[in-house]
Amino acid sequence: MNERSMNKPGSSLVPKRFPAVLLLGLLLLAASIMVSLAFGSRSVGFGDLIAGLFDPDADTYGADVIRKRISRTVFCLLCGAALGMSGALMQAVTRNPLADPGILGVNSGAALFVVYGIAYLHIGTAGQYITLALIGAAAAFVFVYGIGSLGRGGATPLKLILAGAATSAALSSLITAILLPRSFAMDQFRFWQVGSVGAGDWHKISIFLPFLAVGVLAALLSASALNALTLGDETAVGLGVRKGLVRLAAAAAGVILCGAATALAGPIGFVGLLATHLVRLVLGPDLRFVIPMSALTGAVVLTLSDVAGRLAGRPGELEVGVVTAFIGAPILILLAMKAKVRSL
Amino acid sequence: MIRDETIASILAGRRKRFLRWFAATVVLALLAIALCGAMLYLGSTIYPVSDVVRALMGEQVKGASFAVQTIRLPRMLAGLFAGFAFGIGGHIFQTMLRNPLANPNVLGITAGSSAAAVFCIVVLHANRAVVSVAAVVAGLAAVLLIYGLSRGNKFSIGRLILIGIGVQAMLEAVISWLMLISRQHDIPAVLRWLSGSLNGVQMHELPPLITVVLIFAPIVVALGRHLSILELGEHSAVSLGVRTDAVRVMLMFGSVVMIAVATSVTGPIAFVAFLAGPIARRLVGAGFSGAVPAGLVGAVLVLAADLVGQFAFAVRYPVGVITGILGAPYLLFLLVRMNRKGEL
Repeated sequence: MNERSMNKPGSSLVPKRFPAVLLLGLLLLAASIMVSLAFGSRSVGFGDLIAGLFDPDADTYGADVIRKRISRTVFCLLCGAALGMSGALMQAVTRNPLADPGILGVNSGAALFVVYGIAYLHIGTAGQYITLALIGAAAAFVFVYGIGSLGRGGATPLKLILAGAATSAALSSLITAILLPRSFAMDQFRFWQVGSVGAGDWHKISIFLPFLAVGVLAALLSASALNALTLGDETAVGLGVRKGLVRLAAAAAGVILCGAATALAGPIGFVGLLATHLVRLVLGPDLRFVIPMSALTGAVVLTLSDVAGRLAGRPGELEVGVVTAFIGAPILILLAMKAKVRSL
Repeated sequence: MIRDETIASILAGRRKRFLRWFAATVVLALLAIALCGAMLYLGSTIYPVSDVVRALMGEQVKGASFAVQTIRLPRMLAGLFAGFAFGIGGHIFQTMLRNPLANPNVLGITAGSSAAAVFCIVVLHANRAVVSVAAVVAGLAAVLLIYGLSRGNKFSIGRLILIGIGVQAMLEAVISWLMLISRQHDIPAVLRWLSGSLNGVQMHELPPLITVVLIFAPIVVALGRHLSILELGEHSAVSLGVRTDAVRVMLMFGSVVMIAVATSVTGPIAFVAFLAGPIARRLVGAGFSGAVPAGLVGAVLVLAADLVGQFAFAVRYPVGVITGILGAPYLLFLLVRMNRKGEL
């Protein structure tokens, strides 16, 4: 972990910078919401923007575009928060600074199960997508963590990431094999995958919210116990932490958050990695702050990435997952460059 | 007296190892030839062997001539030479970096070449020759970049692999973006670079591939003699009079050229470069160069996987899907074994 902060995990000290960082985060959040409403593949005038926001009776085309963008932005914020928080949880549970639902192959697990559902079970409703995605995400997480923690030294970052990459490769060739002969499934899958956050509407949001609530609650409740676990298992047990329960709860919360987000928005990687490390950089390692702030940062990151994708892809749209990979992968490279050989 | 006996037993062991190497190589070559024959003989219509042979000789045989000369022969030659190139290239990198996980994917060659090729097609509307040269240059640049970044504070293969995964993710994001902005009629040319398939290979695409393999494979095999010394480690190699840097650069250049040109014809056929080396090593045993056997294993893998993809299922799968489904579990198995032994 990062040694720069002198706050002892488990103490009730609030990092000095926290209020300022929180304020900055909220300002960025507000800014990204405004940007997300104002910019898109189609330029909309300021008058339409105001009408779409505040006048429910306005029926201009521009106002309609803005209403669509409102639901999309809300959906984007929620997905980003879920992915950011999920990344922070997975990093804490695996004690691995490079963990991220995309890199660990958890998203691919969710994707495979969704594809299986589309091809063989003919699923169509968002609830069915979520159920299958959650099962797939959990299975992939357990599988990758199992392989990655074999042998000496337990789950080192290199082992985990290789296991994740190999699992992703295996799952994506299975996905191709399932989809190739089934054009109907291919269309539906591509809509799901490419539909990305652009397909976010109020119905999806209402289905997403309960999962988000459960995941966030479990994450926040386990945060201070997870802090104690970073001191080492023995110390944590000495402090009265039930380590098995805590890690299970945190891992489940991480899987629920990213599984639900993946089910509704398609596989999106690197948000968790990016958000968590940005937060760590300014706030230090205390998970009671890192976990909620990663959610906030993830929301900002995903929303801004979505805007960037809309602008870069004109007249179409670039999937948000492509943008997050492009801006998030350098973080992986930097971390790998800085890491000590021993800790790989 | 004892010395003579020792020498005799060393020579006997050497002869035994050579016989094994020779026998395995011959068997692999025969297998490759048999598969080539099958590629020419099998198809949606099965012509008598005599017709196939006459068609190969250039005679006009009704039906058979078109099927054999225009469809099956280019397909077979592409599979043979591309498989050989992938196998030998993968072997070279695995031996040079002394790690079975090193392969053109992890090293960024595939993604680098593809990104450059797609850029040339989509943005510059370049012709085939320019695209191929750009792919070679970008493949080399990607390896050098990843190698350079991973020298950081202390070189380790783990660092190199992580950075490779990061660079690959960024390049793939760039490719997705280029795909989005590409014009409709460039899409087929672009797809060629993204997924491994022998479908629709035409005769006029083959001369560059065959020329490159015929020129560079002998060079790489000749330098392979030095590789076994490099395997002993940098210091031993230098003290045995091998100019390590010159040999490395030449081997890397030759391998990247072969891989990039092969990719321009068949697309990246998943896992062939990764699988060929270890399989060949298992077959021919230690002691003699594995370069030629690895190339033959690569060719056998591609041809066999293509036959399976064409005829084993109700649907025709491209060769890359078959090799992906075979290769990914082997990668997982290899990781499990390396983790157990503590090699990661």
